[in-house]
Amino acid sequence: MDFKLNEMEQEILDMLHDFCLKEVKPIAAELDEKEEFTMNAREKLAEMGMLGTYIPEEYGGAGLSYLTYIVCCEELAKYCASTSIMFSVHGSLCSWPILEFGTEEQKQKYLVPLAQGEKLGAMGLTEPGAGTDANGVRTTAVLKGDKYILNGTKIFITNGYYADTYVVFARTNPDLSVGHKGLSAFIVEKGFKGFSFGTKEKKMGIRASATYELVFDDCEVPAENLLGKEGEGFKIAMMLLDGGRIGVAAQALGIAQGAIDECIPYLKQRKQFGKPLSAFQNTQFELADMQTKVDAARLLIYRAAMAKQNHEPYSHLAAMGKMFAADVASDVTRRVVQLVGGCGYTREYPFERMMRDAKITEIYEGTTEVQKMVVSGWMLKK
Amino acid sequence: MNILVCIKQVPDTTIIKIDPVTNTLMREGVPAIVSPFDAYALEAAARIKDKDKSTKIYVLSMGPEQALAALKECLSVGGDKAYLVSDRACGGSDTLATGYILSKAIQKIEADEGIKFDMLMFGKQAIDGDTAQVGPQVAEDLDYPQVTYGWEVWPTEDGKGVRVKKELEDGFEILEMACPCAVTITKPDYEPRFPTIKSKMAANKAKIPVLNAADCGLDVERSGLKGSPTKVKKSFTPPRKEGGLKIKEETPEESAKKLYDLLKDKGVI
Repeated sequence: MDFKLNEMEQEILDMLHDFCLKEVKPIAAELDEKEEFTMNAREKLAEMGMLGTYIPEEYGGAGLSYLTYIVCCEELAKYCASTSIMFSVHGSLCSWPILEFGTEEQKQKYLVPLAQGEKLGAMGLTEPGAGTDANGVRTTAVLKGDKYILNGTKIFITNGYYADTYVVFARTNPDLSVGHKGLSAFIVEKGFKGFSFGTKEKKMGIRASATYELVFDDCEVPAENLLGKEGEGFKIAMMLLDGGRIGVAAQALGIAQGAIDECIPYLKQRKQFGKPLSAFQNTQFELADMQTKVDAARLLIYRAAMAKQNHEPYSHLAAMGKMFAADVASDVTRRVVQLVGGCGYTREYPFERMMRDAKITEIYEGTTEVQKMVVSGWMLKK
Repeated sequence: MNILVCIKQVPDTTIIKIDPVTNTLMREGVPAIVSPFDAYALEAAARIKDKDKSTKIYVLSMGPEQALAALKECLSVGGDKAYLVSDRACGGSDTLATGYILSKAIQKIEADEGIKFDMLMFGKQAIDGDTAQVGPQVAEDLDYPQVTYGWEVWPTEDGKGVRVKKELEDGFEILEMACPCAVTITKPDYEPRFPTIKSKMAANKAKIPVLNAADCGLDVERSGLKGSPTKVKKSFTPPRKEGGLKIKEETPEESAKKLYDLLKDKGVI
């Protein structure tokens, strides 16, 4: 398998790397501390045209490969996991379903400004009674004239409040016995009548990512904002989550690689018993073990990204990449904190933040347990 | 307004390490970059273009063909068209010869493009040679008025001149001069913009004309080593400074006390 980026894509990545060093890394700790949204990155990435990386040029994007987009998620996460998730939610969970299921009018109206970075995207599926179990959605959408009236509450919505465009899932069929066939997807704009924001979550990690409650109180959504057909919501949700998983897997990968990269200079410089920590065999073995795991995760993730790019089945590949990378991220960041020791535990250094940030990758976009269901489901179906 | 920004490709001296054994610069694997002050000059020009879209920014460099990469970078952050002067006859030029070559190249570009540059812009100095002479030298060769150490530049209301905010030791002064003119730019309080994916792609596709000595009508006696009266007698790396000592006690009084004790021990006071 060839995971190489072409020369142009590599240059775009170098450009993003330079951006990260100048604009993302220096403020990551401060934003985490203040729980402040990554607005600087949101605006500058938009100016750079990075918010439409893989969207075709005809819809305002850069038309780069999906793999490039995934490597960008990874690169951002090396320095700030919150910036990475802002980027990948926008790209995978909001822009992608509109690209895939939107009508030409919807693409022109919503995808173009998303790809150009003029608007930021988010997605609303999770509810107090639904998350991993997408079927548990209780938000309703009732067609009245030329509008759907949405009622319900969404929770844990990444980019909430700061996003302008939301892909929201609601029941168009109140009969729960029809199961997932009752679910539909809608494009909802910030500012639609009856759409407001509730509580902002206080989180353990990715604290510079905005996680909000969305409240729909007789929210009026024009009928033409139905995404796909009525009853296609579940299919759309499952497909966008498959893609989203590759983004989150890349985030986990970036966190782990970032932690390793960042700890090496410290390990070379910090002396104990008259020699640098890097001269101890334990340190060396830990580093070798961690980097090997990170590289293994990278191969799984890039394989999933390539499969998606080539329009091959990738649901199980994304799940494998995500569950493995999330585990590696938590494991590696914990071990890096241990290697660095006391300083690693302080907020003077980025390692404790990375350890806190890593945990969420085992939970959102489908928990590790859900990934195991997806993988084993694929294995047993054959 | 037609602006020409002269840039130099230099090794990224922030990455260069010094070989602790031989005490020489370890140049291998060091990336080449656009000299940072030149990048500020280009940004200053791009800011003029932001306000007046009719502004056209040309970028010129002298150097080996590798410098095309630096010029492409400039095209991705505001430059409209780039030119490279590259010829063996230019190798080893000092600032006098470089000034001469650039001024001839500028006249050649003006003739080819059928325009006259209103303003020539330079970084105040390159970070490898650190002479700060090339910009002023070109201005002298072309007999243009010049302002050095600029922060910001604006065209005057009548469009016939420019106003430059110039950095002084203890503040700033605003100077005005008639076009055509030359300005060198120091590190201002803004950073160069990032490229966009589209500008990067366009820059990569751009064709950059390469001019040789004959194209520019250079007198080879005034170019390269032959035209350079400056002779390097010796080059050396200054001895590395020992890392200083940081005193940070619980209170300022204790810090002062410790400093006093240390200086006293050394016999300084």
